[in-house]
Amino acid sequence: MAPQQSASLLTSCCGAKPSSSRRTNNRIVTAQSRHQAQERAIESALLLAAVFSVAITVGIVGVLIYESLKFFGRVSLIDFLTDRQWTPLFADAHYGILPLVAGTLVTTTVALEVALPLGTITAIYLSEYAPYRLRETVKPFLELLTAVPTVVLGYFALLSVTPLLQRLWPTLPGFNMLSAGLVIGVMIIPYISSVSEDAMRAVPMDLREGSYAMGATRLQTALRVVVPSALSGIAAAYVLGVSRAIGETMVVAIAAGMQPTLTLNPMEPAATITAYIVQVSLGDLPYGSIGYQTIFAAGLVLLLMTLVFNIAGHVLRKQFPQR
Amino acid sequence: MSPSMKRSITRRKIADTAFAAVGLSATLVGVVTLLALILGLILDGLPRLTWQFFTSYPSRFPEQAGILPAWVGTCLVMLVTAFAAVPLGVAAAIYLEEYAPRNWVTDLIEINVANLAGVPSIVYGLMALGLFVYQFRLGASILTAGLTLALLILPMIILTTREAIRSVPTSIREAAYALGATKWQTVKDHVLPYSSGGTLTGLILAFSRAVGETAPLMTIGALSFIAFLPHPPWQPEFPYLSFRWLMDSFTVMPIQMFNWVSRPQEAFHLNAAATGLTLIGMTLLMNGLAIFLRARYRKRIRW
Repeated sequence: MAPQQSASLLTSCCGAKPSSSRRTNNRIVTAQSRHQAQERAIESALLLAAVFSVAITVGIVGVLIYESLKFFGRVSLIDFLTDRQWTPLFADAHYGILPLVAGTLVTTTVALEVALPLGTITAIYLSEYAPYRLRETVKPFLELLTAVPTVVLGYFALLSVTPLLQRLWPTLPGFNMLSAGLVIGVMIIPYISSVSEDAMRAVPMDLREGSYAMGATRLQTALRVVVPSALSGIAAAYVLGVSRAIGETMVVAIAAGMQPTLTLNPMEPAATITAYIVQVSLGDLPYGSIGYQTIFAAGLVLLLMTLVFNIAGHVLRKQFPQR
Repeated sequence: MSPSMKRSITRRKIADTAFAAVGLSATLVGVVTLLALILGLILDGLPRLTWQFFTSYPSRFPEQAGILPAWVGTCLVMLVTAFAAVPLGVAAAIYLEEYAPRNWVTDLIEINVANLAGVPSIVYGLMALGLFVYQFRLGASILTAGLTLALLILPMIILTTREAIRSVPTSIREAAYALGATKWQTVKDHVLPYSSGGTLTGLILAFSRAVGETAPLMTIGALSFIAFLPHPPWQPEFPYLSFRWLMDSFTVMPIQMFNWVSRPQEAFHLNAAATGLTLIGMTLLMNGLAIFLRARYRKRIRW
């Protein structure tokens, strides 16, 4: 809107001088149309780049569904969902996803038991208690925690956390879901605390002041005024944290073991969906074999699990009041 | 004031102070874990970080092994990722922030980008395996790896670049329009330069994430033991640049580290620690740079 307007303004003001106005006018008009063509070309190119991101989603969903369909052509969906064993690469092949889903749920649950309380308390502390200087110092450190490569976190879980836990429980096996879950939990604290803190800080100051004026302490204000007002934002943070924990791969692949076992005991080793995909990738499976197709079926289950949480998080996040 | 009320007030004040202590300790859990992790890596890995470690190939003998192919691979993969992801991501962000009309296409793109940011990285690996490796027949090459990571960090780049562009005040754009600038001239000469600080910060953070990514590259079939280097990106004859390295097989530092962690011998774990220390050093350096840049631009620019 603005460029065309100003250009025509320019044309009309030049038109006031009769002598050389025609030539100037023509030049401006050609420059204008050249600009317009260029503008349109650039806009189309930019649009193409933006649409490309949709193509990625189409690619992901397309590949997963295409290969999974081939998999379900050989294995019935009922077996897939109800068989209690996952041994696709053995002679006696079973294709029950339950052990992998159980492994994923156990590590995720352990992670959430660490991350939800710690993340929420951290967020309340940083938003309502911490002095400005402390907050600005601590937050970059917490951000750094999310930047640590997950393979390094896996190393830490296997070679530092597990030996430490073994001092408490000498019978704990070297690979176990507990230490992997604990480390993932600490890893997602910053995700939960930063989104929750944003939501809490978006709560208008008057609400707090009203509460203080009634004689409430900071804790009462935080728990009874700020947290309820920021609830949808905090819920969004939780949901995003869950989806992170479900999709985490290297920590579980390194520290939780790669044996698919149907167990809900975090002290045991078991493979998650992600760890299974890594394990298969380490070998050399021929294209089109059933082993190759299993990782796509497993990936599809993983994508569906995270998608539910991502969409829920997106909806919740849209709801919390923006500053 | 009645004594029971006084007691109640005291109790609440104690609870308040107690929570401050609990909150501080909860906040420190993450920080302390990070420090413990880094300290552990330094204790185990620092003695192995010699010149020889960076210039040797992996080996059956842990004390002779090095990460030469791994860091060369990481650099080349990052090069491909940068060339693919930066133009695409920034262009998409410019479109969404400056051009996009309010309609369902825009809504679709926005929801899509937000969702992509939450897709587990290993799923990108599966997509690359099915599409790049087998449909496009690119193999488990540096090109495939670079493109995979590019797609992975694209949503991150779009989100952070958009935020940077949004922070440029409308008055800047209006001033440019008032002088007769076209939309693209305004974006190219004003909006982009003013948002470059934020954009750069976002790019650095995205790359620091890509450097440490392991799972998607393992999924596309990257080798974990490699005793040769890819072709060099240059050649003595015209045109001096060579692109044969794009199709070479490769390994990267996180995969090399995974390989060493998963061996039973203790000596290999020390190599893993040294690799981890290098990796974490790189990512912390990039993050530190990003934090520094952000603070600097925030201070320098006053609208």
